[in-house]
Amino acid sequence: MDFGTFSGLYTAFLMAIFIGIFAWAYSKKRKKDFSEAANLVFADEPKASSTKEFEGAQKK
Amino acid sequence: MNQAASTETDYNYTVVRQFTVMTIVWGIVGMGVGVLIAAQLIWPALNFDTPWLTYSRLRPLHTNAVIFAFGTSALMACSFYVVQRTCQTRLFGGPLASFVFWGWNLIIVSAAITLPMGFTTSKEYAELEWPIGIAIAVVWVAYGIAFFGTIVKRKTSHIYVANWFFGAFIITVAVLHIVNNAAIPLTMTKSYSIYAGAVDAMVQWWYGHNAVGFLLTAGFLGMMYYFVPKQAGRPVYSYRLSIVHFWALVSIYIWAGPHHLHYTALPDWAQSLGMVMSLILFAPSWGGMINGIMTLSGAWHKLRYDPILRFLIVSLSFYGMSTFEGPMMAIKTVNALSHYTDWTVGHVHSGALGWVAMVSIGSIYHLIPVLFGQGRMYSTKLINTHFWLATIGVVLYIVAMWISGVMQGLMWRAVNEDGTLTYSFVESLQASYPFYFVRFVGGLFFLTGMFVMAYNAFKTITAEKGSLEPIEQAQEA
Repeated sequence: MDFGTFSGLYTAFLMAIFIGIFAWAYSKKRKKDFSEAANLVFADEPKASSTKEFEGAQKK
Repeated sequence: MNQAASTETDYNYTVVRQFTVMTIVWGIVGMGVGVLIAAQLIWPALNFDTPWLTYSRLRPLHTNAVIFAFGTSALMACSFYVVQRTCQTRLFGGPLASFVFWGWNLIIVSAAITLPMGFTTSKEYAELEWPIGIAIAVVWVAYGIAFFGTIVKRKTSHIYVANWFFGAFIITVAVLHIVNNAAIPLTMTKSYSIYAGAVDAMVQWWYGHNAVGFLLTAGFLGMMYYFVPKQAGRPVYSYRLSIVHFWALVSIYIWAGPHHLHYTALPDWAQSLGMVMSLILFAPSWGGMINGIMTLSGAWHKLRYDPILRFLIVSLSFYGMSTFEGPMMAIKTVNALSHYTDWTVGHVHSGALGWVAMVSIGSIYHLIPVLFGQGRMYSTKLINTHFWLATIGVVLYIVAMWISGVMQGLMWRAVNEDGTLTYSFVESLQASYPFYFVRFVGGLFFLTGMFVMAYNAFKTITAEKGSLEPIEQAQEA
């Protein structure tokens, strides 16, 4: 295999990985996990917290 | 805060507090040196004819101080804070955190001593001689152990996306630093790189650009992914986009280095590769920016009364601007005009002041009240003053450098009909003076803002615990 063929195949391989990551990230199955993860920022605040950013979220 | 206190006492906030305070201190020092050398370019007499105050020795001191003292202290404060709070566990390694703090600050002090004395490897952003280089590697590994140890013992099932960015930043900077600083020591203060010629140049800019990509970008994106949602009071716009953003950014950035070496002895194919990869990099950069800014969608009104949020969002706008400008400047034909001119300096500062400094400042304003048991900063008005000082400062700085840079590029390439150069170099330098003055003024604005921040932080920290109550926003409902 010459260098050109190799780099062509390697590029295709990397592209497949990228599309794989994309499909994985946007699959319906992951939706619940991801919204859980996204809320980790607020997870360690108690409900009665007086920090203003949390109040902002509650009022929404 | 009463209930929060029970969880918060389990966190190691000491190291976060130390790094937070030092961020402001080193910010003032680093930017102060920057303003001094900007003034030296207009009034050369300001080196007072002393070797250790010459521009050539202070410039690396400025870059090292703002990147590794100010920026990295902010990163260490925020990463130690975010990793504990999103993993809901105390920092791993006990005294290791103190070792990182004191070790890192000792390194900064030794840089502040050796660089003005003229000890340098002459590698840009990696000027520190080998004994300090080894110390950096040791402290950095300790930092990595404390960070990843915390992730390993986390109490949550997910690893929040901010920690992915911090993690990538820590690992990559370790690799970059160790590879680029490989050298053969001659004496305690002099060493020679193990690389030579074009290979040395390529390794240096593989390091240099990824210091931009992973320290000044990925690390600060970690901050963005925590502090923007936190300050806005809503989760990040798209968590899915953040995952694609992460993998695309880390896998593409590493290839962009050769754009620093256009039209040099570097093989042509490597230059073209660097250019194409830099252009592709535009996509993940803007993906991240959009993700950050859109987090505010439906809560735009908060920008009206929250200057901290304003700092964070404007930093993202500057990030978007400089990550558009960067790929453009990586195009070889554009680079033929821009390279070696002040345009590059302007580009760097739109990223460094507009993005890195402003996102750090916003994050630190968020952190200080939390760390020191207050409901808010001492004065919201002063944060607003700082915001405008910083914004006007950056705009003055980058506009001056754009004009001066393009002008220099055009003057240098202008040729007469007989093929001789139209302008001498000194003529282009003389034409740059007015812009150097505007740049100096812009820098002064930004530095003044840092002093305002220091005063505000001092008043917040020394105020009686819990005496600063958060302000209720009536218009919010």
